[in-house]
Amino acid sequence: MHAAAMAAGRRAPTVPLGLVGFLGTTIMLFTTFAASYLVRRTSADWRPVDLPLLAWANLALLAGASVTLEWACRSAARETRGKWLAATALFGLAFLGGQTLVLAQLRAAGIFAQTSPHASFFVVLSLVHGVHLVGGLGALVYGALRPAALRGCAVFWHTIGVIWLALLVFISVM
Amino acid sequence: MSDAHAAHAPQSFWSRYVFSQDHKIIGLQYLITAMVMALVAAGLAVLIRIQLAWPGSLGIMMTPETYIAIVTMHGSLMVFFVVSLALVSGFGNFLIPLHVGARDMAYPFLNMLSYWVIVPACLLMLISFFVPGGAAAAGWTSYPPLSALKEAVPGSDWGQTLWLLAMALFIVSFTMGGLNYLTTILNCRAPGMSMMRMPLSTWTFLISAVLGLLTFPALTAAAVMLLFDRHLGTSFFLPSGMVIGGKVLPHEGGTPLLFQHLFWFLGHPEVYVLVLPAMGIAFDVNSAMSRRAPFGYKVTVVSLLVAAVLSMIVWGHHMFTTGMNPYVGEYFSIMTVLITVPFAVIGVNLIASLFKGRIKFTTASLFGLGLISAIGLGGFGGLYLGTAASDLYFHETYFVVGHFHMMIGVVTFFGTFAGLYFWFPKMFGRLMNERLGRVHFWLTIVGTFATFLLMHFQGMGHLVRRTFESAYDFQKPVTGMHYAITFFSVMAVAGQFVFLYNFFRSIWRGEKAARNPWNAAGLEWTTESPAPHGNWRGPVPQVQRWAYEYGRNGHAEDFQLQAEPDRVGATEPAAH
Repeated sequence: MHAAAMAAGRRAPTVPLGLVGFLGTTIMLFTTFAASYLVRRTSADWRPVDLPLLAWANLALLAGASVTLEWACRSAARETRGKWLAATALFGLAFLGGQTLVLAQLRAAGIFAQTSPHASFFVVLSLVHGVHLVGGLGALVYGALRPAALRGCAVFWHTIGVIWLALLVFISVM
Repeated sequence: MSDAHAAHAPQSFWSRYVFSQDHKIIGLQYLITAMVMALVAAGLAVLIRIQLAWPGSLGIMMTPETYIAIVTMHGSLMVFFVVSLALVSGFGNFLIPLHVGARDMAYPFLNMLSYWVIVPACLLMLISFFVPGGAAAAGWTSYPPLSALKEAVPGSDWGQTLWLLAMALFIVSFTMGGLNYLTTILNCRAPGMSMMRMPLSTWTFLISAVLGLLTFPALTAAAVMLLFDRHLGTSFFLPSGMVIGGKVLPHEGGTPLLFQHLFWFLGHPEVYVLVLPAMGIAFDVNSAMSRRAPFGYKVTVVSLLVAAVLSMIVWGHHMFTTGMNPYVGEYFSIMTVLITVPFAVIGVNLIASLFKGRIKFTTASLFGLGLISAIGLGGFGGLYLGTAASDLYFHETYFVVGHFHMMIGVVTFFGTFAGLYFWFPKMFGRLMNERLGRVHFWLTIVGTFATFLLMHFQGMGHLVRRTFESAYDFQKPVTGMHYAITFFSVMAVAGQFVFLYNFFRSIWRGEKAARNPWNAAGLEWTTESPAPHGNWRGPVPQVQRWAYEYGRNGHAEDFQLQAEPDRVGATEPAAH
């Protein structure tokens, strides 16, 4: 990957610049949604929807994924690393399942994407964030094959975790 | 060549030319894809011109609905699938590693992927002409409600969905490209290649990449919400009380203006993503052709950065007529006119770089020089449109069409052509035919300048744009220009066939080029033509100076290559 950098006598960085750029563009994406949210909420039809408690409980799963991935990064032995990575993947999958359950609960309460703009934003944000998480699961596989990439992998997971925490607080408070 | 790189040198036809990870091949793939898309987009332009000059002459082929679809697709294809692909993806890929002294892009696999994501995007755009209802017809800007309601116009159904999918793929591809540019330029430069020794075109690619990464997400978000409005019944952009076919729609509370803000938050910087590299290429080509270093290199770099930052906070000048608060309009006006400052500096530097130069009028330099005039003319039009008061009159007219074609049409095409004629030897090891090149240049400059200048005058007569026919009496004084414009635009298109013939003929039959046919000083001219896989046989060159060491009086040669060790008696150039 860093043939040129190495030829130039430099060490390949642990968090590749490409990832930093990608996180920049990801943060811009969610910021755009947040800005749109602020504009849209000024309309007369804005009715806040109470999010199920499960939406908050799911945050614990994301935190669990971040912690286990951090341990995977720090374990030198291949086998322990594999175990922590598997734990991370399970936490991630559980989070996706939990998010689906949240949407199902809203649905059962008669709240759909088109019911209220507040609900629309929650559905859109859940989906877009979910897509990033699926990407993160793919990155875990890559990281399992290439331990050098694990640090970048962890930075990605921490970032999308923090993004979801921030979004959840944002759409509950605003 | 480093062993690691030689190990994955391509072996078969497929890995060499099709699924190539070599930045030079990928750059050419982009360029040729852009040429194919340009043929389609130019064909659409000719259809538009025929309809405007001789309304009704195309019969049932041209209804008001197809007209607006053709205008939409001409714009979308030209901006995203021709100019972006040729200038940013094509030249960006081909030039960056050669310019900074890297063996390849930082992430070659991602680079290959970015090209193979753009191919289905192109196909989706082309297929959309043949789906029920035809291609998207909500303008290249895709404003809702036209783009959000499937019933609005025929193209709002299938065509718009395909348009959105194609754009999503385009953004994915452009993001992968941008990450590669950013990383390659910042991390993979050859020893000695400091940032301030890079060619100006490399600076512009870097700025383009960052601008793209920061602003494309706005369009992504807008597109996601638009898809929700279209397919899941949400009301992000759809207001209440809309009636179609006598039926009130269930949407309520949405704001179409929000989409416009999101679109132009990308849309305006996108202009700079395209125009800045064209100007960077002009600096490189003109300096080699006039044997003069660019005037005010550092100031130019700073101006490019300032222009890029300003470009992100002026988007509202596309929306003066939306009834925005006059104070907000005033802010956007002031910021927009402020961009004149860095742009004037860049323009003046382009001209001042020629001062006392010994200009060789090759086809490359003709395009490089023509580009300066296009920036000037486009920029003047921009002053009238950037000022809210005059924009209120001009906004719905051909003045706008003339202005933006001058900037993101003429400037970018001239940059592309200057680059193609100049770097063709590095691409194929041969030269393009100069005589055909001149024919191409004169047809193009006369055709495009006449076309788009006349449109400014039509706009002054308040000829309304995007309309199928110019039916109002007050427009009569300027509708006669339609004939002249159609004549000149067909002339410009005809010129491109001369170019295509010249390009493909020269690949096999062109005069063989030496390693450095223009006696240029940049790093790319230290390797053979065409450059091998890995770009340099042997070690990566050690860079000694900047890319513009020209006009060395009292030496056998009037230039010195970027990687050549200092000759005895040579003096360090004055501070640049």
